[in-house]
Amino acid sequence: MTTRRALIKAAAILGLPRFAFAQKRPIRIGFVSPQTGALAPFGEADRFIIEQMNKLFAADKKTEIKVLQKDSQSSPNRAGEVANDLILKEKVDLVLVSSTPETANPVCDACELNEVPCISTVVPWQPWFFGRNGDPGKGFEWTYHFFWGLEDVIGNFLAGWKSVTTNKKVGGLFPNDGDGNAWGDKERGFPKPLQAEGFTLIDPGRFQNMNNDFSAQIAAFKQVADIVTGVVIPPDAKTFLTQARQQGYRPKVVTLGKALLFPGAIEALGELGEGLSTEVWWSPSHPFKSSLTGQSARQLAESYESASGRQWTQPIGFAHALFEVAVDSLHRARDPHDKKQLRDAVAATNLSTVVGPVKWGGGGPFKNVSKTPLVLGQWVKGKKHRYELVIVSNHAAPEIPVAGKLKLIS
Amino acid sequence: MLSFLDTLVQGVLLGGLYALFALGQSLLFGVMRLTNTAHGDFIILSAFVAWSLAVVTGSPWLALIVLLPLAFAGGYLLQRLVLNGTIGKDPMRSLVVTFGLAIVIQNVLQQIYTADPRSIDSGGLNTATFQLAEGFSIGALPLLIFAAALALTVGLQLLFDRTDLGRAFRAVSDDREAAELMGLDHRHVYALATGIAFLVVAFAGTLHGMKTTVSATDGPSLLLYAFEAVIIGGMGSFYGTLVGGMLLGVTQDIGFRIDPGWGIWTGHVVFLGALLLRPSGLFPRTR
Repeated sequence: MTTRRALIKAAAILGLPRFAFAQKRPIRIGFVSPQTGALAPFGEADRFIIEQMNKLFAADKKTEIKVLQKDSQSSPNRAGEVANDLILKEKVDLVLVSSTPETANPVCDACELNEVPCISTVVPWQPWFFGRNGDPGKGFEWTYHFFWGLEDVIGNFLAGWKSVTTNKKVGGLFPNDGDGNAWGDKERGFPKPLQAEGFTLIDPGRFQNMNNDFSAQIAAFKQVADIVTGVVIPPDAKTFLTQARQQGYRPKVVTLGKALLFPGAIEALGELGEGLSTEVWWSPSHPFKSSLTGQSARQLAESYESASGRQWTQPIGFAHALFEVAVDSLHRARDPHDKKQLRDAVAATNLSTVVGPVKWGGGGPFKNVSKTPLVLGQWVKGKKHRYELVIVSNHAAPEIPVAGKLKLIS
Repeated sequence: MLSFLDTLVQGVLLGGLYALFALGQSLLFGVMRLTNTAHGDFIILSAFVAWSLAVVTGSPWLALIVLLPLAFAGGYLLQRLVLNGTIGKDPMRSLVVTFGLAIVIQNVLQQIYTADPRSIDSGGLNTATFQLAEGFSIGALPLLIFAAALALTVGLQLLFDRTDLGRAFRAVSDDREAAELMGLDHRHVYALATGIAFLVVAFAGTLHGMKTTVSATDGPSLLLYAFEAVIIGGMGSFYGTLVGGMLLGVTQDIGFRIDPGWGIWTGHVVFLGALLLRPSGLFPRTR
C-alpha cells in the first residue's frame, strides 16, 4: 500500500510540468444512489467503489476527474432534487445513477430535460424505459442504460423450474408497486410466457407492501402450487414464508425477485432462507474483468469483502461498471467538456466491463438500452459465509459457469 | 365452511398483533392525549435492541426480560425530559416533536445496524404449528402474540380500574389541575404512564421481530393500524383497543380473501365507518 501511494506521489511530482495542459477545469461526475432509507442495501457498496475510483483518478494525469456523490434517501422526489442540484449548481459534465426505478427514473428525467449525458443501471429496462414514457420509435437523447429485462427474469425462472419435477402450478406474489404490476402484467409480465411453457399461474391479485397477513394467498396456493414466485420486499418474504410454514404449506420451489438479493436478508430468514432461489445479475464467478483495474469479478468482490468485512452483494459489479463506462467515454470524447460530444462518446460505447459487454445501439431492445446477462441462483449453506449464492441455471448466458443444480426445498 | 373459519381465525390472530401494536398508544392517548407519531419507530427500536440482546444472551426470552426494565426506564426518562414539555392545549407541539423523534430513530438505527433487515431467532417457534383439522392449522407464534395481547389488555385494564396508580392516571386525564390540587405530580404520573406503555412496546417489538424482519425505516407502517385500533375502540379503554384490533384484523382478512388488494381498504372502511357512527369510539372511558 505504502509503495503504491509513494508511486502515486512520485508520479504527481513528475507530472508537475505538464499542468499547463491540464489547466482546464476537472471533469465533474455526479453519482446518485440510495445511501439511506429502505433502498439502502442497494447503495451499500457505493462508498467502497467511489474510494476505489478516487484512488485511480488521483493517479490519472491525462484527465482530472472529480466524483460528487449524492444520496437519494430512497425517495424519488429527493433523487430528482439532488440531480437538479448536480446539474444546475455543481455543473457536472456527466451523471451516473444506480438502483431501482425510484432512484434512476427521476434522475434520468432531470438529465434528459437539462441535456446532460447520463448513464444508469440496476433497473430492469422495462420500468426504466416505459416507466419514463419512452417512445420505442424515438428513444431518449441523453440517457443511456445497461441492465437486463423482465424477459430475462422470466426465461431464467422458467429454465430453473423446468429442470426439476413439479406439478407446474405456480403461485404468484405480485404487490401493488412498480415491479409487482410489471411482473404480473397480463401482456408484458409472467402470465403469457408461463402459459406458453405449460405452467399455470395462480395470481390472487395485487397486495400492499408491508403486508401483515398472507393467509389469503396461502389458502389459494395450498394443495395446488408446487412453485411460488413473485417480487416482494424482505419483510413480506419473511411474513409469507413463516405463515406458510405455520399453516402447513410447503412449496417445493420458491423463486423470488428483490427480497432475496442480499445476504443480510437471507440471514434474517434463518432456516427458511435455505434453498430459496433468485435472479443473479452479477457474482464473483462471472467470467468478466474490469477495464479499469484489470480485476476479475472475483478479485473485485474479494477486495470489497476485505475492505468492508461484509459479504459481497450484486450491486458492487454494477457500481464499478458505471465508472468503467464513464471513464471509457470520457477518454474517447474529443472534448469531454462538451456535453454533446461526451453524449456521442457514451452512445458509441463498446466496452467489456466487469458485468459483461456494454454496447448501445446493438444488443438492446432500444438504442438507449444495453442488456447484461442474467442467470438463476440458489442460496445454500456456505463455508465462508452462512449462506452463499450458487448459480444453478445459465440457459440465457452459457458463458457464466453454473456451480450446481436447482434443488427442491426439503 | 372450513375456509370461512380459517379466515376468521387468521383474522382474529392478526387482530391480536394490531392490538399489541396499539395498546401502548392507547395508554398514552388515554392518559395525556399524547399523539405519539413515533410509536411505530419505538416498536422497531425495541425490536432492534431485543435482537442485539438476543445475540448476546442467546435467547429471545432472556432478551425480553433484560429489555423490559430498559424500556420502562427509557419511557420514563423520555416523558420526563422531553415529552412533558410538549403537553398542553396545542396538540401540534407533541406531534412535531414525536415526528422529529421518528426521523432521529430511523437514522440512528440505520447508522448502527446498516440497512440490512434483521429478525430475532425464535428457535423454531415461528414455524411451529398446531393442526386443528385437515388443511387447517394455526401457528404457535401468532397464538402467542394473541395471548400476549389478551393478557396485556386485561392487565392494563385492571391496573387502570383497580389500582391507586390507575386512579392517578384517570385523575390527571380527567382534570389535571384538580388532580394537582390533590397532590399528584402530573409530570411523574405521565412519566409512569409512558414507562408502562414502553413495557408494552417492548413486548410488541420483540414479538414483531420474531414474526417478520425489521429494518430501520419500517416504523411508520406500523403506526397506522395502531392508531385505527385505538380510535375504533375508544379512548382510555383497553378492551376497546383489543376489540378495535380484532375488528380491523378480521375485516382485513375477509377483504384479503375477496381480493388481496382489498384487505387494507376494507380495514380503512370499517375505521371510517366507526368514526362516522361512533366518533368517540366503541367503548370510550375517558373524555
